[in-house]
Amino acid sequence: MSKAKFSASRRRFMQTAGAAVAMTALGPLSFKQAQAAGKYTIGVVYVGSRSDYGYNQSHAEAAASLKKMPGLKVVEEEKVPETVAVQKTMEAMINEDGAKMVFATSFGYFNPHVLKMAAKYPAVHFAHCGGLWTDKDPKNISSFFGYIDECEYLSGIVAAHASKSKKLGFIAAKPIPQVLRNINAFTLGAQSIDPSITTHVIFTGDWSLPVKEAEAANSLIDQGCDVLTCHVDGPKVIVETAEKRGVYTCGYHANQASLAPKGYLTGAEWNWATPYKILTDAAVAGKAPVNFLRGGLKEGFVKMSPYGKAVSDKAKKMADGAKAGMMKGDFVIFKGPLKDNAGKVAVAEGVKLGQQDPVLEQMNYLVAGVVGKI
Amino acid sequence: MTGSGLGLWGIPLEVLAGAIRVSTPYLLVSLGECITEKSGRINLGLEGVLVMGAMAGYATSLASGSPWLGVLAAGLVGALFGLLHGLLCSMPRVNDIAIGISIMLLGIGLAFLLGKPLIQPQAPTLGAIPFGFWSDSPQIRSALQINPLFLLGVLLAFVLHYAFRYTRWGMRLRIVGDSEDAARALGYPVLPTRISATMLGGFLAGIGGAFLSLYYPGSWNEGLSSGQGIIAVALVIFARWEPLRCLWASLLFGAAGALGPALQSIGITSAYYLLNAAPYFLTLAILIATCAPNRTLQGAPGELSLVR
Repeated sequence: MSKAKFSASRRRFMQTAGAAVAMTALGPLSFKQAQAAGKYTIGVVYVGSRSDYGYNQSHAEAAASLKKMPGLKVVEEEKVPETVAVQKTMEAMINEDGAKMVFATSFGYFNPHVLKMAAKYPAVHFAHCGGLWTDKDPKNISSFFGYIDECEYLSGIVAAHASKSKKLGFIAAKPIPQVLRNINAFTLGAQSIDPSITTHVIFTGDWSLPVKEAEAANSLIDQGCDVLTCHVDGPKVIVETAEKRGVYTCGYHANQASLAPKGYLTGAEWNWATPYKILTDAAVAGKAPVNFLRGGLKEGFVKMSPYGKAVSDKAKKMADGAKAGMMKGDFVIFKGPLKDNAGKVAVAEGVKLGQQDPVLEQMNYLVAGVVGKI
Repeated sequence: MTGSGLGLWGIPLEVLAGAIRVSTPYLLVSLGECITEKSGRINLGLEGVLVMGAMAGYATSLASGSPWLGVLAAGLVGALFGLLHGLLCSMPRVNDIAIGISIMLLGIGLAFLLGKPLIQPQAPTLGAIPFGFWSDSPQIRSALQINPLFLLGVLLAFVLHYAFRYTRWGMRLRIVGDSEDAARALGYPVLPTRISATMLGGFLAGIGGAFLSLYYPGSWNEGLSSGQGIIAVALVIFARWEPLRCLWASLLFGAAGALGPALQSIGITSAYYLLNAAPYFLTLAILIATCAPNRTLQGAPGELSLVR
């Protein structure tokens, strides 16, 4: 009796196990077919933590806005290094999850990883943040980015009004073109108010090194800098350190006003939801991808933090004036004659580099008035 | 001259201030590891304990509103991890280095997982004692803002130095660490001594983590430690298991870390990658200088799996 019972349960076990095996074998296939009929799957890859109160979070918020759109399914993976690992992640999203579109959000993903994957999967649409797409690259890549240097220029104007020592501090991670463009725009904005202003730069060497960022902030403050800003993944530590030491800050990536109620002047923020929506709408509608998508304040790709308490009316007026020019689209930040801080001509006299000019995305100099070397 | 820069004179001040600010986690972790290694075990997992302590301290401070309660919680979590390491390594044929690495991965992974909601909120942080009240220079005042945990660490280094040499407790610990057979012959309990030494090491490492998240830089995020726990373990080896040398080595490391930003702030920026690598460079240089193939590490506890 007991033996019969055992064999019955064993048979049932075998049946269940068999069914489970069949399910796992067939599961993805039927799931994928269901998806093909229903939802459009989008993959999003982040280099850091999705909740870093900075760069990655700004992208995660845009991804969250995609999730609210009907007919879309979003799969995400965070902390994917800028190595062959990102290729594996993208392949997994395409093959396992059936992603038709992949957002690769870190600068270093572009060459060679996104380029390789785009060539291998011509039917998938790749959207990369910050890469410089050229005609030779695969046509299924969209390179998108925001002209956040416009916000940096406006922050520079506000910082110049707040500074008494006329020394500004900038804590940057790595000397890549986008970072240099921000440092330069911040400095030019400040110099538009007072040409004698200098910006002191410290490069920490990586995107997230909190102890080094705090050290850098303290060093700059000790050297007399009284407004700090930064280009690192998570500005929280820098904003908090500056507040403790009683100096002003301009934020980056997101609004950090709540961290420094006294010293937060304004800040440059991303609004990635705009390009995400433009690219996704086009892809879902089956249109050919836009290969090169850029926008600034006017297009709603970036925005300013509301002015803090310490910002004077005069500063607001000057910054709002420049902002109005940017919203009209005729404001030029980088125009000749412009020298770099080694004395060489960076932009020749009479030359105006509009925001869309790809030359600006290859920036490899610091303008005169910046103390620091690349 | 208030509000203006110090120029070149700022560098020594910056480096001194940096040494005091940055060295505390190195100091607490290395003193903890020193106790553990004196008992004959090596706990490589202190990086994980440090990160876990930082997370637990921040969470407790946020929830309770008291940063000192956070420090205590960080220490207790650290001791718990130490207990885990101690118990696992007490089983036969278990390698303490392998367990240490798994404790490290466990601690980091768990802290990142549980720490997700802690990145954005601001927890109350620890204060500092203003030893620079006599000066009217804001730079000096700021440099001499000293956290009590640093003073505790310095005091502990001296106490341990004395205790290892002149107390019964220290002698027992050293005997257990130097020769298990001798300890057994003298009737000293080997395993309980080692387990409690590992717990004490974990406790101190946890507090080191709380210093990171609750004082300097004073915020929780995933890049917070970036390997400081591992460096501190290496530091014990070239401090040759001497608490006072741990103190000097920690200060040296703090100073080396502060040098790069300090030089860049006055515009000396050439070779900043090299300067940023100064602490690691220093580790290598000291290890090469102190190790030679024709002699073993001086002062190493005899039971340590490193030297056995």
